Amino acid sequence: MMEIVKRKYVIPGDVIITGPYRLEQNVYQDGDRIISTSIGISEIYENAVRVIPLSGMYIPKTNDLIIGKVIGHSSLSWEFDINSCFIGFLPAQDVFGRDYSPTKDELKARLDKGDLVAARVANFDRSRDPLLTIQDRDLGKIESGELIKIAPSKIPRLIGKRGSMIQTIEMATKAIVTIGQNGLIIVSCEDPVGLLKAIEAVKMVDAQAHTPNLTERVKSMLGVELGENNDTINE
Amino acid sequence: MTQLMNENGIRCDGRRIDQIRNVSIKVGVLKNADGSAYIEFGKNKILAGVFGPRDVHPKHMADQDSGILRCRYHMSPFSVTERKNPAPSRREIEISKVIKEALQPAVILKDFPRTVVDVFIEVLQADGGSRCAALDAASVALVDAGIPMRDIVSACAAGKVADKIVLDVNDEEDKEGQADMPVAYMPNLGKITLMQLDGILTPDEYKKCLETAIGGCKQVYEIQKKALMEKYFKNGEA
Repeated sequence: MMEIVKRKYVIPGDVIITGPYRLEQNVYQDGDRIISTSIGISEIYENAVRVIPLSGMYIPKTNDLIIGKVIGHSSLSWEFDINSCFIGFLPAQDVFGRDYSPTKDELKARLDKGDLVAARVANFDRSRDPLLTIQDRDLGKIESGELIKIAPSKIPRLIGKRGSMIQTIEMATKAIVTIGQNGLIIVSCEDPVGLLKAIEAVKMVDAQAHTPNLTERVKSMLGVELGENNDTINE
Repeated sequence: MTQLMNENGIRCDGRRIDQIRNVSIKVGVLKNADGSAYIEFGKNKILAGVFGPRDVHPKHMADQDSGILRCRYHMSPFSVTERKNPAPSRREIEISKVIKEALQPAVILKDFPRTVVDVFIEVLQADGGSRCAALDAASVALVDAGIPMRDIVSACAAGKVADKIVLDVNDEEDKEGQADMPVAYMPNLGKITLMQLDGILTPDEYKKCLETAIGGCKQVYEIQKKALMEKYFKNGEA
């Protein structure tokens, strides 16, 4: 029973399989039938069933790396637009340390309205809005780079199997791509040609995420340009 | 009175008694909405847009345990021959309510506490059976928006015209006929989410009418499915 069953296109209400399987994302059980709740691609592996959705909004998960925009602050925390139906909260203590005092420290000095921040979801449950943290390597205010917004449901495709897609793009263009799970992406590259190529590749994944052999097409799109890039570097 | 059915059992618009009107659905027609659909159901032309899940305004409507569903059915002033006042009429308020209640069993909003899913339905051109056509468009738009759903809701009406049970009554048949029964149905679960009846039917006729309507819903379901496949899986099987 460990073999991987062929992947299938499903819409809500489609019966994926009947029998005892573990339920994962976007499926529910009705009797012994396992039914999809989203439009997407169903996968059956190691007795588990899930559907990778092709549409939908970002739902925060603990430990997700996200990119948020500051939309305001109170005296104790910042509020972030995280491209979701919930608002992200970053407590002031997370930035100023435990001895933060609202009378002494000015929140605006560190993060102002409109700033982009790479953060991690520290905690999220049904009862409260997501709590963010920037206490980690590579997190914090984003100073430079190009912002791209794609559908959050297409992020897994942009990363690819074990990061294959994103590695392809980064290697070919020498760009650094920061992927927020909420669909916001920062691309930075010293070479302007590489930057444009990387942006084009990301947009290509967004537009064609549901088509097969995408990695190869992205590779061929970048591969041709890779040779030219090397030439310019050699010159 | 116009003749609704000739001696060969052909209806005033040339259909057989068990035939639905031409239905075509397009998914994702509005850029600014999270999900959208456009349906042509005979002469009905209806646009549906879905927003959300998003913040609830006014805030007191929010549910701490689950998301809520709101629905607005509206007919454009130019959708009927005589100008319709654009203010929501008694009929539109009622249809908004029944459409909301017909979609409610299908959507799963437990994972979106304190949020709302808004469904806006705009009738651009009205023919008979616009509530069913509106429901068909709304449920496809909800799928397009990525709202988790137990099943797609398909709706179709049946009725009694010239003493016969017919599928999918049009405007003339609705006005002149003896009964009209809109039904919304979840085809994979086999459950009815909307059933109204305007007119008088005997118990046997009622049974037959319901069966006919469900048969129509199943036909509509195939069209909804095809429309979704068209947008999302244009390039063959995975």
